[in-house]
Amino acid sequence: MTIENTQVEELVYQRPKSLTRNPTTYCPGCTHGIAHRLIAEVIDEMGVREEMIGVASVGCSVFAYNFFNIDFISAPHGRAPAMATGVKRLLPDRLVWTYQGDGDLAAIGTGEIVHAASRCERITVIYVNNAVFGATGGQQAPTTLLGQKTTSFPAGRDPRTGGYPLRMAELLAMVSPESYIVRVSIHDVKHILQAGKAIRRAFEVQMQDEGFSLVEILSMCPTQWKVTPVQALQWIKERMISYYPLGEFSVPKGTPRLES
Amino acid sequence: MARELIKGNVAFAEAAIRAGLQAYFGYPITPQTEALEWMSHRMVELGRVFLQAESELAAINMVYGAACTGARVMTSSSSPGISLMLEGLSYIAATEVPMVLVDVMRGGPGLGNIGPAQSDYSQIVHGGGHGDYYPIVFAPASIQEVIDYTVLAFDIAEKYRSIVYILIDGSIGQMMEPAELPPMREIKTTVPDWATNGAKGRERRIHASLYMNPPDLEALNMRLLERWQTIQKEEVRYKEYFLDDAEYAVVGFGTAGRVALSAVRAARQEGIKVGLLRPISLSPYPADILEQISKQVKSILVVEMNAAQMLKDVLLYTKGRTPVEFYGRPGGIIPVQDEILSEIHRIVRNPGSIEGHPRDLWFKRVYQPTKGG
Repeated sequence: MTIENTQVEELVYQRPKSLTRNPTTYCPGCTHGIAHRLIAEVIDEMGVREEMIGVASVGCSVFAYNFFNIDFISAPHGRAPAMATGVKRLLPDRLVWTYQGDGDLAAIGTGEIVHAASRCERITVIYVNNAVFGATGGQQAPTTLLGQKTTSFPAGRDPRTGGYPLRMAELLAMVSPESYIVRVSIHDVKHILQAGKAIRRAFEVQMQDEGFSLVEILSMCPTQWKVTPVQALQWIKERMISYYPLGEFSVPKGTPRLES
Repeated sequence: MARELIKGNVAFAEAAIRAGLQAYFGYPITPQTEALEWMSHRMVELGRVFLQAESELAAINMVYGAACTGARVMTSSSSPGISLMLEGLSYIAATEVPMVLVDVMRGGPGLGNIGPAQSDYSQIVHGGGHGDYYPIVFAPASIQEVIDYTVLAFDIAEKYRSIVYILIDGSIGQMMEPAELPPMREIKTTVPDWATNGAKGRERRIHASLYMNPPDLEALNMRLLERWQTIQKEEVRYKEYFLDDAEYAVVGFGTAGRVALSAVRAARQEGIKVGLLRPISLSPYPADILEQISKQVKSILVVEMNAAQMLKDVLLYTKGRTPVEFYGRPGGIIPVQDEILSEIHRIVRNPGSIEGHPRDLWFKRVYQPTKGG
């Protein structure tokens, strides 16, 4: 079979313009790739690629700046909301967003995210929660579920020694009166589509100067959870969502909620 | 413009504003807090960015983000706050975005105290944060110098895409002196060609400090060092007093250098041929003039408000050519003129030798062992 005469009659699927051609460095079965693509599709749809500055963080997604075809800066571990604040205060007409994992945002960066939220800083935070430290090899994260085994708490998370899992979306909604704060999941197609809508809504909230916005994405790490990708999807559905309920925890006053 | 009585902390804040400062991010800490308070109303009335951060960690990273947009930005703090900022400063150095930081030093280690000290020489002059980088450090000794060097700091930071520190102790931050402020400069309208401000009609730009391939990081390390070679040639600044015929020399910066000048003047009145080198750029260090002095004098006295931090650099640049002696007051104490004058008398009587460590010899001279200790 030759391909010379092959004609594309109707292009139905392609790489978003907001992604580079660089192959991602994520493990097989990782959902960072889905999250990246969702964000890039939203940016393409909104036509704001050239108006944006992204802030990468430290963890598995440390190289996010290699995969998004937009201006990007790379923050020290946990400090992305502070860097984003600096950018946004100088460039209030640009869209500024961070991409952070649960170790970055909910452990070392707790101070920065809480205060960015309390200032209702006009930034958007994409918070990928996979309940484990991935890049360093599977240690306990602030979001690791009770009983969940990790390399630093091999007997499973015990609240007496390791504390309780942090529900960041709920916590931040309490301190951020002008905000859009939502938790979504990407364990199946229906939820992936909802996640895309939430990301778009989050950017719109920033664009319309309505407040701080954060999308927590329940995500999976089959590599460090030591399960197959299919089992990992099931684990999000059965275990994570029961501790981390999905939904909008804060919406700007007078604006409708997304349909569920 | 007329001279007016102005406090050190207000002086650098207003000087920065007049140099076209676009954003200030800071966190209150004694003895520099007046600077943050000054910024809080002046920046706001001028329609510029002021933000009181939740910590020094956040403040320096806000500065980092703002600097990536190509704006003129700064922060200020004092010793324990600088320790917290060192993480961010290392990243800023790695990504080569310009910024200015004023450190109004206090006593250390730990919380120490809020007395004037030169406790941060090592952490500021020798980098402090992780990795190989070379900040430019100016140590003014009067309010007028604070103003002049703050203005200069922004131009030099942008010229070399470097961190520039203004290093003063708490007494300079707190004292008032007559000084002249510069006229208000316009905010710059140009954006540098490295700024991350949205990839409108151009290729995207990235500011990151991660180089997984070691030879790539080595190339960055060497490029930063290459730039430092130029800075060492171009940006050395110091003041010298009575050195032409000097047989003895005192070396001190900032307040210690200023008190030493009074002691040197008193010694000159007694007929002692002593001069003073007051380094203003602590980094790059005035190595050439110090080399000349070390070939000329019988002995050098280093005076600091710490337990011998700059001494190590003086020893490095004098290379054992002449005896070096040390006198220090750590802990938030300013030495008085008579203490330094009696040290000058001591080295005139006995210029010392190049044997032994000057800090340990000083320690033995001045320290009363704890009883029963």
